Amino acid sequence: MVARIGFVAPIVVYLVLFFGYPLVSNITMAMREFTAASFYTGEAPFVGFENYAAVIGDPVFGTALLNTAVFTIASLAFQFAIGLGLAVFFQRYFPLNGVLRSLLLLPWLLPLVVSGTVWRWIYDQEYGVLNQVLLGAGVIDTAMPWLSSTSMALTAVTVANIWVGIPFNMVILYGGLQGIPAQLYEAAALDGAGPWKRFSAVTWPLLRPVSAVVLMLGLVYTLKVFDVIMVLTQGGPANATQTLTTWSYSLSFQDLDFGAGAATGNMLILLALVFAVFYLRSTRQSAGAAAREAPRRRVPRLPRGRSATGGARASVAAAGEPSATEQERS
Amino acid sequence: MHTKPANGTRRLRAPSALMAAGLLTLGTACSASDDGDVTTLTSIDYNLAEPQNGSTQAMLDECGEQAGVEIERDAQPRDQLMPSLLQGASQQELPDLMLIDNPDLPQVAATGALLPLEEAGVDTDGFYDSALEIGRHDDTLYGITAGVNGLALFTNTAMLEDADVDPPATWEELSDAADELTEGDTSGYAFSAIGHEEGTFNFEPFLWSNGGSLTELDSPEAVEALDFWSRMVEDGSVSQSVVNWSQADVNDQFLGEHVAMMVNGSWQIPVLDEEGLEYGVSPLPVPESGDDPATPMGGEVWAVAQNGGEREELAVEVLQCLLGDDNLTEWAELNAYVPAKEDLADQMAEDNPEMAPFVESVPTAQSRTAELGEDYPEVSGAIADAIQEALAGSGSAEEALGQAQQSVPTS
Repeated sequence: MVARIGFVAPIVVYLVLFFGYPLVSNITMAMREFTAASFYTGEAPFVGFENYAAVIGDPVFGTALLNTAVFTIASLAFQFAIGLGLAVFFQRYFPLNGVLRSLLLLPWLLPLVVSGTVWRWIYDQEYGVLNQVLLGAGVIDTAMPWLSSTSMALTAVTVANIWVGIPFNMVILYGGLQGIPAQLYEAAALDGAGPWKRFSAVTWPLLRPVSAVVLMLGLVYTLKVFDVIMVLTQGGPANATQTLTTWSYSLSFQDLDFGAGAATGNMLILLALVFAVFYLRSTRQSAGAAAREAPRRRVPRLPRGRSATGGARASVAAAGEPSATEQERS
Repeated sequence: MHTKPANGTRRLRAPSALMAAGLLTLGTACSASDDGDVTTLTSIDYNLAEPQNGSTQAMLDECGEQAGVEIERDAQPRDQLMPSLLQGASQQELPDLMLIDNPDLPQVAATGALLPLEEAGVDTDGFYDSALEIGRHDDTLYGITAGVNGLALFTNTAMLEDADVDPPATWEELSDAADELTEGDTSGYAFSAIGHEEGTFNFEPFLWSNGGSLTELDSPEAVEALDFWSRMVEDGSVSQSVVNWSQADVNDQFLGEHVAMMVNGSWQIPVLDEEGLEYGVSPLPVPESGDDPATPMGGEVWAVAQNGGEREELAVEVLQCLLGDDNLTEWAELNAYVPAKEDLADQMAEDNPEMAPFVESVPTAQSRTAELGEDYPEVSGAIADAIQEALAGSGSAEEALGQAQQSVPTS
């Protein structure tokens, strides 16, 4: 018992100190009128939900919320689709496969400030390579203000962020594909399944758990994207690329209205939490379904909080095929 | 077949590494507090670029020696200065000497942590009244500047000669000249309209010289000033990209000869001189000839923390030395700032003709925070948004400024 507590204690202390405490103080800060002076005097009058009301009543809030939604959904959809396409592509054997795959990792390895700066050059209205190419090819007649027009900036920033996120999706999905036993494809081929059928009947269902992880991580990551937007547009022009993250920063550190900044931050946390709950529920359900559908084969009982790989095993079992891990065990 | 690494071990290892990192941070956060005789003072600034970095250090060393203390200097990146000051304030441990950008001073002064300088006996003789104004909060002097800067019009000499254009003095001349100088890839004119304080700073001279004020943003004078800006973007003599250009970006465009005229600050002069581009400097154009120019006063102020009797006294002694004539002149020359004392500034204008327009503008230059005090940052942000909306969005100047007016506190 003592040993068990000793084992758990470090992580509990860590979580309380570096996760619990900031979270709680952020929640209390959002309920106070917390200005620059509050830091020194310690006086921050309690205002209840006034900060939330002020933030939600601010015309920028609607813009930021919509931008966050568009930015996140578009980023996730394209990163995932392109990442999956590339992962499937790299499953084939061809010369330089490994080299190309490593090269595609580059966007993920570059510091975001570097990627952002490069994209800023690409998008530059007068001298950017994008406008030069499009003008040269006759696609457009006049140089487009990619980053300096309120109607185009969000798209431009989203495209840059998609580019940054593709390697992450590709690598994890590629890993997931490697985990699908080759004999399933052989069996499917023997049954006369074509490439599309093999993808939809074997790859896609067996990749679902990994996809869920990728999308969940991608969601959390995209909701809090900051650097790319800061480097490209700083949330401008005229808030056209302002997301809840950048707005929270600007409320806190430019307007020095820390209460309002904290309130915005809390709403962002709440948003991520909602999706996290959905994710946990969906993995629990699929694990539960697996246990019902395959009663004869005992699915190894997973410890509390089923992990991603746990989910993978469970739904592989649900597909009625022996999974790699189970084969090793039996 | 494929063996996966046991996840359990990895999951454990990551937190313990973070834990170790956390403990390290805690370790460095605890610093010894001094007691008894004061032998060291602390100081903070954001002069990280050379030559300012070295000369700030040298000046502090020298003045510290005169006062008989060692000065521990902390230089932070510019955007980290305020957060780190606020952090210090929450521990009741502000650095003894702080070099703060003047629009940020009211925020720090409002905490009540700063020493009123006049009561502490800081000598303000010979300083420009306008330069002292930027250090005041609630009519008390909390910050004092060594040198100030302002905005002026920089012109590319060769381009203006080729087009047979004189440096413009009124808005109409400016807009005609910008038109004339716009050709192919070159825009006639540029300014920073970036979405924060720098954009607002560039707009203020136009707002003020047209009779507008920071508290009545929806006034016809303010709308007219912003309309003047957006018309030039519309007709193409100013690139729409200015909404993403900081003042440094504008300077780069001017250096690359992509822009024939620009609004910028005196601090760009050393950069321009280094590149060897031939340029002229003239006062910012005003609406009608004969109107008074009104540029916002730029520059940093020194402030002293209320850290107790002996430390305050020593800090004031060091400050007095930093404000000595020689130091003021040296500082101004290094930064291409205007010395805050009138006679030194006049001398500088005589020695460096390109500084003359900046020296001229100092007596009438306005403090950005005089009217709004600690509400300035929020209003400044709203103005920057309005500028962007009018220049790059679908809104008119009138709608955009009407929106911005809502951020002005009503009292």
